[in-house]
Amino acid sequence: MARKRDILIAGLVLLVLWEIAAILLDTMALPEPWAVAADLAVKVVSGSLIDDIAISGMRALLGLFFAVITAVPLGLLIGSEPPLRKTLSPFIYLLYPIPHVVLLPLVIILFGIGNTSKIFLISLIVFFQILVTARDAAKNVHQNYLYSMQTLDASHFQVYVHVILPATLPKILTAMRISIGTAVAILFFVESFATTRGLGYIIMDSWGQADYVALYTGISAMAILGFSLYLMLDRLERRICRWQNIH
Amino acid sequence: MIRTDSVSLQYGWGDSAHQVLQDITFTIKRGSSCAIIGPSGCGKTSLLFLLAGLRQPTEGHIIIEGDYRSGTILQNYGLFPWKTVRKNIGLGLTLKKTDKQRVEQRVGRLLEDMELTGFGDHFPSQLSGGMQQRVALARALAVDPDILYMDEPLSSLDALTRERLQNLILDIWQKNRLTPVLVTHSIEEAVFLGRQILIMSKNPGKIVQIVENTQAGDPDYRQQDSFFKLCNRVRAILREEENG
Ligand SMILES: Nc1ncnc2c1ncn2[C@@H]1O[C@H](COP(=O)(O)OP(=O)(O)OP(=O)(O)O)[C@@H](O)[C@H]1O
Ligand SMILES: [Mg+2]
Repeated sequence: MARKRDILIAGLVLLVLWEIAAILLDTMALPEPWAVAADLAVKVVSGSLIDDIAISGMRALLGLFFAVITAVPLGLLIGSEPPLRKTLSPFIYLLYPIPHVVLLPLVIILFGIGNTSKIFLISLIVFFQILVTARDAAKNVHQNYLYSMQTLDASHFQVYVHVILPATLPKILTAMRISIGTAVAILFFVESFATTRGLGYIIMDSWGQADYVALYTGISAMAILGFSLYLMLDRLERRICRWQNIH
Repeated sequence: MIRTDSVSLQYGWGDSAHQVLQDITFTIKRGSSCAIIGPSGCGKTSLLFLLAGLRQPTEGHIIIEGDYRSGTILQNYGLFPWKTVRKNIGLGLTLKKTDKQRVEQRVGRLLEDMELTGFGDHFPSQLSGGMQQRVALARALAVDPDILYMDEPLSSLDALTRERLQNLILDIWQKNRLTPVLVTHSIEEAVFLGRQILIMSKNPGKIVQIVENTQAGDPDYRQQDSFFKLCNRVRAILREEENG
């Protein structure tokens, strides 16, 4: 992870650029950052925005969670077991490139218009990203590690726990990092209809009312949400991949 | 007793078939030791894989009599970078669901024996090549093996460290009554540690000669005339093979 001070500086630079652009363009569609910051502060203090951040955060997190707990084991299994790989890879090959958002109508019919279908859609899309990464990483686990395990009389299950999972973890975490970006983008999409809660709704609603300050407040809150998810993942990575960060 | 009977190994099939080992026959007595030496690519690692049961021969049989446990050190040590030294060494025992406290005791003891005290919580990438080789040795020894397969376990060590570890292996061999099977590129190492020296030639890998070396096991062997004589003899055989 980049150092805290560097991130702070980058944030300030972006704010300055934003301010300059707002002054130069002089349009309602780009309010100045301090106006947005003030609006954000008021809404956070009054608590009106907190609920929306929480509900969006919960949707994104659950979506990621279900995707990870299904895609990682399945991906590792497909990558490590040649017969399974042979059988299932063609299906992944065909299904992966489809923009899964188009399944939204079907998802709504199956799961209704509530949280379930929103979370499901996030899971579904992120699932494939992680599945493919986990599969490829497992396939490329160095044969020597597997031989080493064999010399220690390891069971099949032990090979997964002690070698395949830890060996692929850095790549899986990278995929999860990319997935956070994806999850937030889909969040915006699934919250733009059939709901009155969440940051996506706030953004669409403010736009509809031409309340540009509120619109940017929503966007900023979404950015903060994404950033927090990133930070959580970074912490997790430093804990479980300690061996990678010792040089 | 380890016995191979006309063992052959082929990689690939059809046009890409590649005969690596041909007609390998030898016997190693329990408690004895064996060094395997030969030019690079002659199939030493392949042969060790067959003995350790990591691959099956295309033809012939490998028979290992009686109940036995084996420990193996692969050519590039095969340590797990995501596990600490302690976890690496104890892995064989952990996998056998050994009591945690006993694993810790055993690992602590091995760290001492290998002069690795204080490095238990390091990761392999934080250690020098020589230390990693000692970790690999400790991991193989942790399960109290009857047979110890080693594939160039001491390559990439400076001369003195290398001799110290050769002495250590000799010590373990004598004290624990195990059977070391050692692949090496070093003639001196083969003569010092191999009660039996298998000299191989390549394309396909065959045994050229099996040299009996009853003096191996004597810690002072290196200083004796017979040691130099045997080294020269092995060198001559290897050279002759190389020149066809
Ligand atoms: N998995 C494999 N598939 C195909 N060919 C292989 C494989 N492993 C080894 N070989 C070939 O078998 C031959 C013997 O390899 P091996 O590694 O056993 O030699 P070696 O005597 O251990 O060499 P070195 O001293 O360099 O370690 C080589 O020609 C090598 O290319
Ligand atoms: Mg080799």
